[in-house]
Amino acid sequence: MNEMTPPTAAERTDKLQGMGCRRKRVEDVRFTQGRGNYVDDLKLPGMLYGDFVRSSYGHARIKSIDTSKAKAVPGVVAVLTAADLAPLKLHWMPTLAGDVQMVLADGKVLFQNQEIAFVVANDRYVAADAAELVEVEYEELPPLVDPFKAMAPDAPVLREDLAGKTSGAHGPRKHHNHIFEWTVGDREATDLAFRDAEVTIKEMLSYQRVHPSPLETCQCVASFDKIKGELTLWGTFQAPHVVRTVAAILSGIPEHKIHVIAPDIGGGFGNKVGVYPGYVCSVVASIVTGKPVKWVEDRIENLSATAFARDYHMTTEIAATKDGKVTGLRVHVLADHGAFDACADPSKWPAGFFNIVTGSYDFPTAHCSVDGVYTNKAPGGVAYRCSFRVTEAAYCIERGMDILAQKLGMDPAELRLKNFVRREQFPYQSALGWEYDSGDYHTALRQGMEKVGYTALRAEQKAKQEAFRRGETREIMGVGVCFFTEIVGAGPSKNCDILGIAMFDSCEIRIHPTGAAIARMGTKSQGQGHETTYAQIIASEIGIPADDIMVEEGNTDTAPYGLGTYGSRSTPVAGAAIATAARKIKAKAQMIAAYLLEVHHDDVEFDIDRFRVKGLPEKFKTMKEISWAAYNAVPPGLEPGLEAVSYYDPPNMTYPFGAYICVMDIDVDTGVCKVRRFYALDDCGTRINPMIIEGQVHGGLTEAFAIAMGQEIAYDEIGNVKGASLMDFFLPTAVETPKWETDFTVTPSPHHPIGAKGVGESPNVGGVPAFSNAVNDAFAFLGNTHIQMPHDAWRVWQAGQKLGV
Amino acid sequence: MIPGTFDYHRPKSVSEAVALLADLGEDARPLAGGHSLIPMMKLRLAVPRALVDLAAIADLRGVRRAGTDIVIGATTTIAELIASAELAVALPIIRETALVIADPQVRARGTIGGNVANGDPGNDLPALMQCLGASYQIAGHAGTREIAARAFYQGAYFTALAPGEVLTGIRIAPPPAGHGWAYEKLKRKVGDYATAAAALVLTMRGGQVASAAIGLTNVGDTPLFAEDAARILTGSALDKATVDRAVAAAEAITSPASDGRGPAEYRTKMAGVMLRRALVRAAARATH
Repeated sequence: MNEMTPPTAAERTDKLQGMGCRRKRVEDVRFTQGRGNYVDDLKLPGMLYGDFVRSSYGHARIKSIDTSKAKAVPGVVAVLTAADLAPLKLHWMPTLAGDVQMVLADGKVLFQNQEIAFVVANDRYVAADAAELVEVEYEELPPLVDPFKAMAPDAPVLREDLAGKTSGAHGPRKHHNHIFEWTVGDREATDLAFRDAEVTIKEMLSYQRVHPSPLETCQCVASFDKIKGELTLWGTFQAPHVVRTVAAILSGIPEHKIHVIAPDIGGGFGNKVGVYPGYVCSVVASIVTGKPVKWVEDRIENLSATAFARDYHMTTEIAATKDGKVTGLRVHVLADHGAFDACADPSKWPAGFFNIVTGSYDFPTAHCSVDGVYTNKAPGGVAYRCSFRVTEAAYCIERGMDILAQKLGMDPAELRLKNFVRREQFPYQSALGWEYDSGDYHTALRQGMEKVGYTALRAEQKAKQEAFRRGETREIMGVGVCFFTEIVGAGPSKNCDILGIAMFDSCEIRIHPTGAAIARMGTKSQGQGHETTYAQIIASEIGIPADDIMVEEGNTDTAPYGLGTYGSRSTPVAGAAIATAARKIKAKAQMIAAYLLEVHHDDVEFDIDRFRVKGLPEKFKTMKEISWAAYNAVPPGLEPGLEAVSYYDPPNMTYPFGAYICVMDIDVDTGVCKVRRFYALDDCGTRINPMIIEGQVHGGLTEAFAIAMGQEIAYDEIGNVKGASLMDFFLPTAVETPKWETDFTVTPSPHHPIGAKGVGESPNVGGVPAFSNAVNDAFAFLGNTHIQMPHDAWRVWQAGQKLGV
Repeated sequence: MIPGTFDYHRPKSVSEAVALLADLGEDARPLAGGHSLIPMMKLRLAVPRALVDLAAIADLRGVRRAGTDIVIGATTTIAELIASAELAVALPIIRETALVIADPQVRARGTIGGNVANGDPGNDLPALMQCLGASYQIAGHAGTREIAARAFYQGAYFTALAPGEVLTGIRIAPPPAGHGWAYEKLKRKVGDYATAAAALVLTMRGGQVASAAIGLTNVGDTPLFAEDAARILTGSALDKATVDRAVAAAEAITSPASDGRGPAEYRTKMAGVMLRRALVRAAARATH
């Protein structure tokens, strides 16, 4: 090739590695070489280590705590109890859900493994040894484990601190163990729809207590500089700016003197949004000792004390006509929050966005109510790879639709096609108050059905059922269909805030004189690949190669204020901030280009990586040239420099959707379920990096598989947490994980600057009902209507036994 | 997840190890691969004052012939069992079982001696050793002795091993060439203990079972030697009625715990299902 041949438009586009490119993850260069920089990698001179003394009981009064033996251990620097924190008013802390939570047990313990004392020593092993020597005398109290018994008249009083309080952060309380009641929808119209219904179904669908269980547990290092009066807090924070604000409010240290840094994070999945006692105790310990203090949770502590998810018990009713048109939806949820309401939802949403429960279907009317209750279990529940209870809602409606199809004698896919919100109905106003921005559900489900050979699968299933009845096989087959609509991108300031802070997000981009750039965001990747994808957005928007753009997050001193990464909000909110900041830069670049080209700025146009004179494509200035000029040859009247900040308040949520189909073979003699095939079609709008999307889908489906087929944080009747280790808590390995088939359609969000909708959580949201529907579908021909999750082998076997197999 | 304080010893010979254990008393524990003991220590469920690591005792490692018998040294790793050509020919059921123990990392360090001596009913090899009629060679301060695997297990984590004794080797008389074998294990995931498992060795003569031995894993406080079930099968052509009776006899001796793997009733039934499946595979493998 002649060296002088100018690159083609396609070559110039490829060089940018912008949106749509399967760009390799830049962060993996360090992760795959063991060169990530995580909290526990941090070692500061003189650093001390904290360890907790935790409750042996689910519910007990603390009669005494004797720390003298622990304090006598050489190397122990301090042992903190509630009595030490009380003068600072830090023995309790506010939760994101408007409740308060004990930092260290104040008079009683309310769940097993609750934090009682914080031992600080100059060595991690000494801290653990000393923690063993703290003597706690308990008086056992009657435990409350079953949420269905929480509001019985004689139920034990859990929260003595709330005595006499007849209302909480979300309205009236009906009982001493009641937290809130949240209702939405038209109760009368819904009751009427049920009164007049030709067909109704009703089923109590439980979504068991599970845990996000990221690879890296929660941890922090707090370092207080007494001379400067400044606190630096490194931690596993999905939302570092929120942590800074909360720390300022709690500690009284001015916010500008608090530096919160989230380094590399090994997975969050909602586990790392909230504030935990370990953080507060580390900060106090650092202030008290004047030394940096590190706290690192172990696996059992992570699974049993910080941030469970779900524990939603959803009584679900659907009304329909005989020919399968839905006419009403009525759901009552009993929500078990454990000992403290420590949800990490937007503040005004005690049940998150559960009112997305009408799903993908055109319900003329609906009503839902949620009662939150306290029990003697760990506090939560957080949004585990979930946009605030949308996982629960999707499970509820998708199981409900299958149960309705069974009652009507209809195919579950056919029932869905019959009731979908139609393409022309968007933007669609749901009966429970959301405005769905866009969708094309029929195309997606039909594409999925065609790809998996749906009709043939149903024929095979029928033949297998007949063979089973004839005694020729002990294997049955299920086909699970799920069509989910997500609601992500929290959120518009008109309805979303956390502790009063609107849920915008932000981006700051600086283009350096040589055309390289740094971009900083208010979000924080925990493995999502922001350093890769964010640069791709900027590359396409501004026309500089993604490889020349460094993306930085997690340092509150340098990053613009943002609300962090959870609820699939990074692309919908920060992604939009990136595009709008980039467009500000582009607008200035256009002025500079026009000046350099000596034409009016209306006479130049953007072309991949440059501005060119309209009609004279050979007359152009590249972004690299413009960047240089921005620092030494700006048009008169224009400031030098090329940078921009954008704070983006989204006008609406985004509504990704997808069609998932699972084919499951079940050995009825053992209850072992084998996923033969799993097809996942995702529509997340504009696709920034298809490879990262596929990775997200693979990861989310693997979590969904784990939840549906085995995960459970169970408690025995006296409040002992069972299975809080990876021996029992089901984390599938590569051996158990099925093969995933991914597919997509593209329906861009009409209100998002680049049309993107977010994808991280979709596979967890849609996956769980697909697996559960497959198991339930397999047993339907034997008269089954619903088997509760998790579908581990013994429960599936038991279900089969009940059906007489 | 941080163990308490302990001393660490690394003897070079069995006699040195035994002497150390005698000196240190009941608070000392022998350490082999550490894949049972160290997790227990990290949970502080075990708090030995001293560990006597057997890893440096070369005599304890490896598979050798002793006449017609095979002797496996106590610190032979599970991975070494899998790799042994000798075992693959003479005792293929050991390889089949070893391949479903835990995961490759654990198998690389975990040892046969630790697996059988710890008395954990969840371990796979004890029931297999009962099935194979293995003997355990034991050294103590007073000398050496040998005890049948079928007489070794007394309760969960309770065995015939006295304080201060070390299991040094396992002696097995291989079943005749042409025997059938199978180890069937139901588990929740890689790395898990069995929900239930069955070890089976049988020989066939003229289409009938000439001999059978059955061990059951993790469906009682100890590994279970299903003697009645094996007797029922002997002499039969493995017809359905006989198999049903044998399975019922095997199920009858189980008393599993209810845990995350399932309620007791389920685990008992799974022991039966595993035996049934082992029978099908073992019979197909038997060449006489």
